[in-house]
Amino acid sequence: MYSEKVMDHFSNPRNVGELENANAVGEVGNAKCGDIMKIYMFIEDDIIKDIKFKTFGCGAAVATSSMATELVKGKTIKEALELTNKAVVEALDGLPPVKMHCSVLAEEAIRSCLADYYKRQGIDPTPIVGCSCNCEECHAHHHE
Amino acid sequence: MIYVDNAATTKMSKEVLDSMMPYLTDCYGNASSIYSFGQQNRAVIENARETIAGLIGAKPGEIFFTGCGSEADNWAIFGAARKNVKKGKHLITSVIEHHAVLHCFQQLEKEGFTVTYIPVNSDGLVSVDDVKNAITPETTLISIMMANNEIGTIQPIKEIAQIAKENNIVFHTDAVQAVGHIPVNVEDLGVNLLSVSAHKFEGPKGVGFLYVKTGTWLSQLMYGGAQERNRRAGTENVAGIVGMATALKIAVENLDANMKKCYELRERFIDGVLSKIEHCRLNGSRTERLPGNANISFEFIEGESLLLSLDLVGIAASSGSACTSGSLDPSHVLLAIGLPHAIAHGSLRASFSHRNTSEEVDKIIEELVKIVQRLRDMSPLYEDYLKGKK
Repeated sequence: MYSEKVMDHFSNPRNVGELENANAVGEVGNAKCGDIMKIYMFIEDDIIKDIKFKTFGCGAAVATSSMATELVKGKTIKEALELTNKAVVEALDGLPPVKMHCSVLAEEAIRSCLADYYKRQGIDPTPIVGCSCNCEECHAHHHE
Repeated sequence: MIYVDNAATTKMSKEVLDSMMPYLTDCYGNASSIYSFGQQNRAVIENARETIAGLIGAKPGEIFFTGCGSEADNWAIFGAARKNVKKGKHLITSVIEHHAVLHCFQQLEKEGFTVTYIPVNSDGLVSVDDVKNAITPETTLISIMMANNEIGTIQPIKEIAQIAKENNIVFHTDAVQAVGHIPVNVEDLGVNLLSVSAHKFEGPKGVGFLYVKTGTWLSQLMYGGAQERNRRAGTENVAGIVGMATALKIAVENLDANMKKCYELRERFIDGVLSKIEHCRLNGSRTERLPGNANISFEFIEGESLLLSLDLVGIAASSGSACTSGSLDPSHVLLAIGLPHAIAHGSLRASFSHRNTSEEVDKIIEELVKIVQRLRDMSPLYEDYLKGKK
């Protein structure tokens, strides 16, 4: 049911773990739905210098987390904010339809982490990041 | 490959296949045709019916062949509910039934029936008193599964059948996971209807049967020709029926030895996992369960990841996680025994057969220790747990 790319990122996830010097942390999803993604970033000069993740979830949840971190690592915040769930899916050579919400969650996790980065500096992230999506309504909505 | 998903389906033996081959090749006559080439197959079918009836304590005329276990469940439930609609429109079932039963009742609710869903306790067992108390003068059907497909719990079918009989209510049991695995005698159990599927006991896929006690009447589900004494249309699957009879005969003949072997494998597995891996629990009663069923929840991890990881090392098992079903909710059975969603998502079902070995069990445990640790190391829930403990 999964592409080779998905299985590769599931069995050898990139950037898995915690980041000691993280200056941004984002967590989305909930245990009830069966997926939680937590992303750590170290951002310097508007560039994502380092990134790590931890995920509780299915194979697609792990693979999309891994791919999303790969796609934004070393990129500017602006570039990272342009990351879409579609890009994550394409990079993984597709996902089964019932697993598309995992890619949405991965995009949300990146956003939520960047929102935290701004919040820590006393900047309202909403105009820059949009909804951080770390809320029940958004999560429920994406599952519809 | 190590195969421990025998509750999903089983390997057919050569003996079963050999018994089927003539009817897949040269003996292709339609059993309803009057020429001898057809009538020979009629005799073969009736012979199989007699064999099967004898193995479960039924009369041959009480065995009706179907296309699968789900069809047997559908026919029993829709058939009994619709046949007795003038008497009443109240039905009773349990919350842990297989979807082949549960979805029938949900459909009947849409058609104006009222259904009481009996809960289970934390061991996954239905209380006989709960069933008794749910009965109303309008109740026409009680359907409680004999053994649960996910957690393997065996329900007090004989006691419930007795109560149904006292109240003149039709009693159906979905025995798909039970027949061929534990002793089943319809006369002793006192049931009106009992569903069976061949591929669960090393028979072929695409064939099952419904036991219908003499004097129990059902409205028809499958309309068409006059097969199965005018009660279930469709040209008989001769090879399937013969294969099912052969498989059941082998299963019943070896029942005691197989039960003992499965029980030993299961206990070795449960003891091994619970002693070697922290934060896990056995789901369902340890004693009132199918000999070959083990269902264990691992905290902080998700079931599909567990299954994929096992698959990567050549182990085939099952899970009650949402991700294996395409829905967001984890197994209704695991929620019914009171597991929180997060823990229900992280469950593993290993269902053993007589073909498995203790070496295989040890290998699975060894791999599980590594896989569970790897998944926990990447789980934010485990990280939260460890930080909370510090």
